[in-house]
Amino acid sequence: MSVVTNTTTIGAIEAPSRRNTELALLIFAVAIPVFAYANVGLAMTGKLPSGMLGYGLGLGLMAGVAHLVVRKFAKYADPLLLPLATLLNGLGLVLIWRLDQSPRLIQRAKSAWGKFSPDAPHQLLFTAVGVALFIGVLLLLKDHRILQRYTYISMAVALFLLVLPMFFPAVNGAKIWISIPGLGTIQPGEFAKIIIAIFFSGYLMVKRDALALASRRFMGLYLPRGRDLGPILVIWAMSILILVFETDLGTSLLFFGLFVVMLYVATERTSWIVFGLLMSAVGAVGVATFESHVQQRVKAWMDPFACYKTDGACQQIGDAIMSFGSGGTLGTGLGQGNSDLIGFAANADFILSTVGEELGLAGMMALLLIYGLIVERGVRTALAARDPFGKLLAIGLSGAFALQVFVVAGGVMGLIPLTGMTMPFLAQGGSSVIANWALIGILIRISDTARRPAPAPAPSPDAEMTQVVRP
Amino acid sequence: MNKPLRRIAIFCGLLVLSLMIRDNWLQYVRADELNASKYNRRVQIERFAHERGNIITADGQTITGSTETSGTDFKYKRVWKDGTMWSPVTGYASQIFDASQLEKIEDSILSGTDNRLFFDRTLSMFTGEKKQGGNVVTTLNSAAQKAAFQGLGDKKGAVAAINPQTGAILALASTPSYDPSVFAGSTNKDSSNYKALLDDKNQPMLNRALRQTYPPGSTFKVVTTAAALENGLYSGIDDPTRSPVPYILPDTAHQPLNNEGNIPCENATLKVALQWSCNTVFGKISADLGNEKMKAEAEKFGFNKQIFNPVRTDASIYPKDNRPQNAMAGIGQASNRATPLQMAMVAAAVANDGKLMKPYMVDQLQAPNVDVLSKTQPEQMSQPMSAANAQKLQKMMEYVVTDGTGKNGQIPGVTVGGKTGTAQHGVDNNGNPYAWFISYAKTGDGSPVAVAVVIEGSDTTRDDIAGGALAAPIARNVMKAVLDSKK
Repeated sequence: MSVVTNTTTIGAIEAPSRRNTELALLIFAVAIPVFAYANVGLAMTGKLPSGMLGYGLGLGLMAGVAHLVVRKFAKYADPLLLPLATLLNGLGLVLIWRLDQSPRLIQRAKSAWGKFSPDAPHQLLFTAVGVALFIGVLLLLKDHRILQRYTYISMAVALFLLVLPMFFPAVNGAKIWISIPGLGTIQPGEFAKIIIAIFFSGYLMVKRDALALASRRFMGLYLPRGRDLGPILVIWAMSILILVFETDLGTSLLFFGLFVVMLYVATERTSWIVFGLLMSAVGAVGVATFESHVQQRVKAWMDPFACYKTDGACQQIGDAIMSFGSGGTLGTGLGQGNSDLIGFAANADFILSTVGEELGLAGMMALLLIYGLIVERGVRTALAARDPFGKLLAIGLSGAFALQVFVVAGGVMGLIPLTGMTMPFLAQGGSSVIANWALIGILIRISDTARRPAPAPAPSPDAEMTQVVRP
Repeated sequence: MNKPLRRIAIFCGLLVLSLMIRDNWLQYVRADELNASKYNRRVQIERFAHERGNIITADGQTITGSTETSGTDFKYKRVWKDGTMWSPVTGYASQIFDASQLEKIEDSILSGTDNRLFFDRTLSMFTGEKKQGGNVVTTLNSAAQKAAFQGLGDKKGAVAAINPQTGAILALASTPSYDPSVFAGSTNKDSSNYKALLDDKNQPMLNRALRQTYPPGSTFKVVTTAAALENGLYSGIDDPTRSPVPYILPDTAHQPLNNEGNIPCENATLKVALQWSCNTVFGKISADLGNEKMKAEAEKFGFNKQIFNPVRTDASIYPKDNRPQNAMAGIGQASNRATPLQMAMVAAAVANDGKLMKPYMVDQLQAPNVDVLSKTQPEQMSQPMSAANAQKLQKMMEYVVTDGTGKNGQIPGVTVGGKTGTAQHGVDNNGNPYAWFISYAKTGDGSPVAVAVVIEGSDTTRDDIAGGALAAPIARNVMKAVLDSKK
């Protein structure tokens, strides 16, 4: 009998929920941006900024509520995701506030639009909405597998969101925004990113066997049957269409990359990667031959200083690169750099330049590591998830996150041609911050399910029959 | 599904890693280059973020300053005292049109960003002292500069004066000149002033003392004489040269080389030939020595290479050419070209007993607290001739001033050696000739000054244009200014 007691005892020890770890990390994630806020104020005006208390309380409150909700409704969730997202969002707010103080940008806004309105208060509001959505996801989505039911609805919604910006005027050369009078602009691509990952997961989970097994072997590669090629061709065509009609390289790359990654995970066939790379190469080169917007970006990427004086695209990327160079190893210190020389989208697409210049190489490394950690926690969640839908969704979301970080940061640093996307959590932009909070919410939900201890097996009446009888 | 998941994890890791490598490339490897990029506005901002250090003459006069402005980007603006006179030395430093010459070369000291000022910067961070740039102390003599600039007046030309014993540049004037203050700011007026200066057909922004090469004319005969003595073509200055008048250029049927006017050049001695500036004699010497030897001697004087003092000086040219052209180059014509500084170096080498010192114009770099960061040590550049031959040349050049074409260079009570020149140029020599004078003054303890003056002729001066008449008085005043400041 004693052995039986033992098994029940083991079952009674709860798996660690790591909620206190999360709380401790959250304290740092709130304290660091508050110090950064004070730092900016001291550097720029010589005194502590008046909004510091409100800012610290606001960020702390949001983080605290989010933590309590996680503690209650997703007890076994990954303990790193929430603190990392909070830290990035808090730093983003500080950077946006810092750029709001820049006399150059204020002057520029005044001469361009006649008035200047600071972005930080808006961003704080968007953050609140984002955290609310995060909480909403945790409250309403008790199990991520519910999303599986909405596979084809997701597809329709994602398509709708992707196509929508085509009917709105282009902003700065890319059609990725829709404007709603009175509400401002929305970037539907940010939301579509999550919804399409849900669709891919649901679709691939059903079709993975057909896609993986029904194939012929040719030159060491498993070639899929013609009809199984259908979906990838459709997605490919769609991303090309996005590229052509919305002239947005980033969104196009993100969706196609996301699909290839998920297809590969679902089928375990390397051939899909080969196909994916070939198709994106063909698509990109094909479009680049006639799309002047893309050509311009490629030219600016090749050598921004060759066309610096004549081409706005070259000037943007050249300015960003010089901003990084001027930061050097340790940076100028918050509030003391000249990253505001990048007049265009300094606090949105080019916010990384401010990090690079004012926090230096050291700050950039830390920031990239934070992004890397979020992706790592996402992949870990995928590995730990017990159901294929959860695995696919988690890798899809973290893969999309990683691709987006790479496309934006790579573009700003001149590693790849620049595209019009924003750095998750850091950059100014309501859609981005709200959508990414939802993304973190879903990942937390999946990780909670994955790390939750399996329900104790029902006591088996045969248990005693199999016990080892010690002499 | 875990195997592809792990691979995707590695892939994501590689994405982040590539971003990190790229960032290191930008912020560490290329940081300095990007920081100094000509497109980087931060260079300009930093240049005027603090009170800029000053450029100071050897006699302690501050020739630059800074004033506070109200712009967003630039806190200070550069100002110059007597900018028109000093701009060939200082160059300019504009808020929107970059900087040039000393203002540019010593920018890191002047704007306080130089690594040698690291300690001062760190210290002022703690003491809260106002950040400030360091000073550049030049070798220029303000009296000599003034004499040169006023001597040139509204004529087009240039003056370069150096100390033969050290190579220190004492005066560097160029006219017509410009005042860098008129485009130092960033207003529309500054832009239009700058554009007007660039469009001016008189090229006021051209530094004629360093960046314009002229045919040196007869002043180059000093180099030809040195070549003749060094190569042993003639051993004494009173040896007859066995030269005919006219001299028929080599490799030509009967292309004669004549002299200006009726002067005693036939079979003249070196001394007499230099006294009257005989084309026939020096053309023949150049031809007899050949292109290679002439070129080698000219290069020992500094021809055919750029000189950095530290401001770049254009290379003077002694050409590689055929025999008749080489004969003409020997009297400072044909494709022979020299900057005023180069010709001052020729006079200096003779005055300094054959040793040519490397010209320089920055004596010291000072930290804001006037600690000396670095001091230029005079160094020998070459030895174009032996001391004995240099002394022979001195005798001849002094004879030119006492009894020859250079009488206008005389200073009572001082030994002066010189050489005049009137250089033809243009197609068929129809351009207004250039008037040259190179000279040095000598006192008991060596020569303190050598000077070269060139004046571009205009139609009104065509008749009396001659080195002796136009250029020599300016050279005399510059030498006198240097001698007076020694007392």
